[in-house]
Amino acid sequence: MTTESWTTLAFFVIAFFLVVGALGVVLLPRIVHSALALVFFFFMTSGVFILLQAEFIAATQVIIYVGAITVLFLFAIMLTNRSYAADSNPPNSQWMAAVLVAVVTFGILLATFLNGIVPVSTAATPGGVGDITRTLGELLMGPFLLPFEAAGVLLLAAMIGAIVIARET
Amino acid sequence: MTITLTHFLILSGIIFSIGLYGVLAKRNVVSILMSIEMMFNAVNITLVAFSRYLPVPTSDSAAQGLNGQVFALFIIAVAAAEAAVALAIILAVYRGRRTVSVEDVNLMKW
Repeated sequence: MTTESWTTLAFFVIAFFLVVGALGVVLLPRIVHSALALVFFFFMTSGVFILLQAEFIAATQVIIYVGAITVLFLFAIMLTNRSYAADSNPPNSQWMAAVLVAVVTFGILLATFLNGIVPVSTAATPGGVGDITRTLGELLMGPFLLPFEAAGVLLLAAMIGAIVIARET
Repeated sequence: MTITLTHFLILSGIIFSIGLYGVLAKRNVVSILMSIEMMFNAVNITLVAFSRYLPVPTSDSAAQGLNGQVFALFIIAVAAAEAAVALAIILAVYRGRRTVSVEDVNLMKW
């Protein structure tokens, strides 16, 4: 098999497990199992980033989502009660309307993706190989310096805000 | 068969729709937050795919096609901040009302 057919196979395998993980998050009846399906989903998303030759984003995905955000979710689940109950993650009474809204949204997105992006090539660009992490760092410290600093301030504000909100009064 | 931009966009659309269903249909507020994180990830896949297949032409050839990845990094930072604050709010609400079901937190319902 050529490299291209291996890439095609890898894409469909990763896409299948990505959708399975996403369905597990919304459909599993126990909230702890949903959180574990979310871990699987984050790993598969990292695989998609690898396929797109964005290895720094893939590593960031694993470190931040799998390492940090999932632990936050598990803490929130364990600190609230009934987390192991069989009906700890139920759908509400409007779930059929939610299915309808989701399907309609996907239809609109699909129509846009298939018809709206016509006048451009869909072939992968040869660029993007090489020292991506170094180039990303230079971009963050150069043209994107102001948003980078703003993101730092946002994270500080969020940290202080989370401590103040969750504090025992 | 070659994987094109459309494949990644359709995959991202599927994930986004599943996340939207989760946000609309779940009772547990932690589950709603997890669905929101899935929607963030769908948007990230879109941004990175666009930066791979449709790079912005710049004079610097090395930086070509990386603007979308920088956007994805900012989205990850904002998602982390959002998750921290939202889970703090969930714990504060749980301490006061002993519930995590959004249907039982109806103080602002008229």
